Amino acid sequence: MAVDIPAEVVQQEQVGPGLYRLSLYAPQITRSAVPGQFVYIRCTDNLDPLLRRPISIHGVNRGRGELFLLYQVVGKGTALLAGKRKGERLGVMGPLGRGFTLPAPGQRVVLVGGGIGVAPLVFLGQELVQRNNQVCLLVGARSAHQLPVGKEGYTAPFELAVATDDGSCGHHGPVTDLLEKILAGEGADMVYACGPRGMLRQTASLLARYDVPGEFSLEERMGCGVGACLSCVCKTAGKGGEPLQYRRVCVEGPVFPAEQLVWD
Amino acid sequence: MIKPNLAVDVAGIRMKNPVTTASGTFGFGSEYAPFVDLNRLGAIVVKGTTLLPRRGNPPPRIVETPAGILNAIGLQNPGVDHFIEVALPYLRQFDLPVIVNIAGDTVEDYAALAARLDGVPGVAGLEVNISCPNVKKGGLAFGADPDSAAAVVRAVKGATRLPVVVKLSPNVTSIVRLAEAVVEAGADALSMINTLLGMAIDIRRRRPALANVMGGLSGPAIRPVAVRAVWQVYQALKVPIVGMGGIVTAEDALEFIMAGATAVAVGTANFINPRATTDIIEGIERFLVEEGVSDIQELIGAAHMS
Repeated sequence: MAVDIPAEVVQQEQVGPGLYRLSLYAPQITRSAVPGQFVYIRCTDNLDPLLRRPISIHGVNRGRGELFLLYQVVGKGTALLAGKRKGERLGVMGPLGRGFTLPAPGQRVVLVGGGIGVAPLVFLGQELVQRNNQVCLLVGARSAHQLPVGKEGYTAPFELAVATDDGSCGHHGPVTDLLEKILAGEGADMVYACGPRGMLRQTASLLARYDVPGEFSLEERMGCGVGACLSCVCKTAGKGGEPLQYRRVCVEGPVFPAEQLVWD
Repeated sequence: MIKPNLAVDVAGIRMKNPVTTASGTFGFGSEYAPFVDLNRLGAIVVKGTTLLPRRGNPPPRIVETPAGILNAIGLQNPGVDHFIEVALPYLRQFDLPVIVNIAGDTVEDYAALAARLDGVPGVAGLEVNISCPNVKKGGLAFGADPDSAAAVVRAVKGATRLPVVVKLSPNVTSIVRLAEAVVEAGADALSMINTLLGMAIDIRRRRPALANVMGGLSGPAIRPVAVRAVWQVYQALKVPIVGMGGIVTAEDALEFIMAGATAVAVGTANFINPRATTDIIEGIERFLVEEGVSDIQELIGAAHMS
């Protein structure tokens, strides 16, 4: 059940240019949060910027009641968020939205994260490893210093490969090249992706070509966060000739089956 | 001091306090139920309903502006039958007058909606949306012209026994003229204001920020415009007014009441604080106690007293 609580900042740490890792004390949220869900944060008590900011859950420590967020400063709201220090309190609603559907134990899973889109996939990877899934995380970024995770010293309990647009770290090219190599080689039972629209679109076409199911976590400008205002919609269609529809990213998503999404 | 009276009556719709929700910002109520006790609201005005389901506009549908938001949803909704069969039974479990916002492409659509909702258990009243700026047909096409607006209201009144609240647009030369025309046509109450037509441009993409190009501006940025509209209409007409436009706090709500609103609706503020409505109810009650006012009625239009 989602709640709206004042959550205290436990730690705020800059991990790259404009990249921050925030830890909040929010046991009411960590208790029920699942990978793919998000929180809706009030970054200021003032009226400009007016709206909350949706940020996906990067991880939880249920024992300590800590919620981890990994985010990038992209505008006024996230800049204010980056200014919050230990001990300050933020209005946090969550956990919101529908998370990822988990695969059967033992299945081989590939996670594809573009830029800050990797944030929810780390939470998912941690849960999947505990369920004895074979997990491989692919991370793409413009260049080495903009990698949100996967740089030197970063450890994860799963296989990890990196791609950069400028070749400064890992594969030189889009992260979807790495996915294609896997799909053409050893294959995968399920693919989860989050990132820029172009990356998701390319991932969708690879999944269709290799006939692998997938789920994507989407981002859209949001109003209420609870399904009331119909602002944050994405275009979907059903497999059986179901008509085009706009679905709410905040409650029917943010995670959607890849084959449901319409790219135009 | 004794608890002050907060109850008001809007054209026969009895509200335990003057605070309701603005259509389109509170869904069908269930969306906010985890965060706010719906039994505490004076009334709920649900998302705009049409005869048939509507797909709505393509995204992006929302953009933030200083102390406000522009939206162009385009009346996406599951249609009136779905509302009656699914949303309304849920709302009936609460002690809460339900006001149904109706929108159509034609005068006949409005009349058919009013007839469909007449006598349906759990519906306390209708809000006639002749002021949506985000649809091609209907909406503002009716709300900007006094004769068309009056024709819609006459058709609705002829099709229902429910109290009829007419929602007015600020995007007109004289809101008083519109108000006079719809009251003359039989409107039992007025709600104002709907959003202000606006626009923003994404300078990186060199394109309008909204896929619909233009949208409706709401939020604190529009509050003074809304207070002025309530003031002018209250001065010109003796009709209950539901005031709205950028209300975030109890103080904001009290401005509308003193300008002449019998009730107020909270819209965009729900997005930033899901308990905005109940916080405002508590704040109004506190204000009455502090000011030694025993009944909210004393404050309706109080700013007009010389």
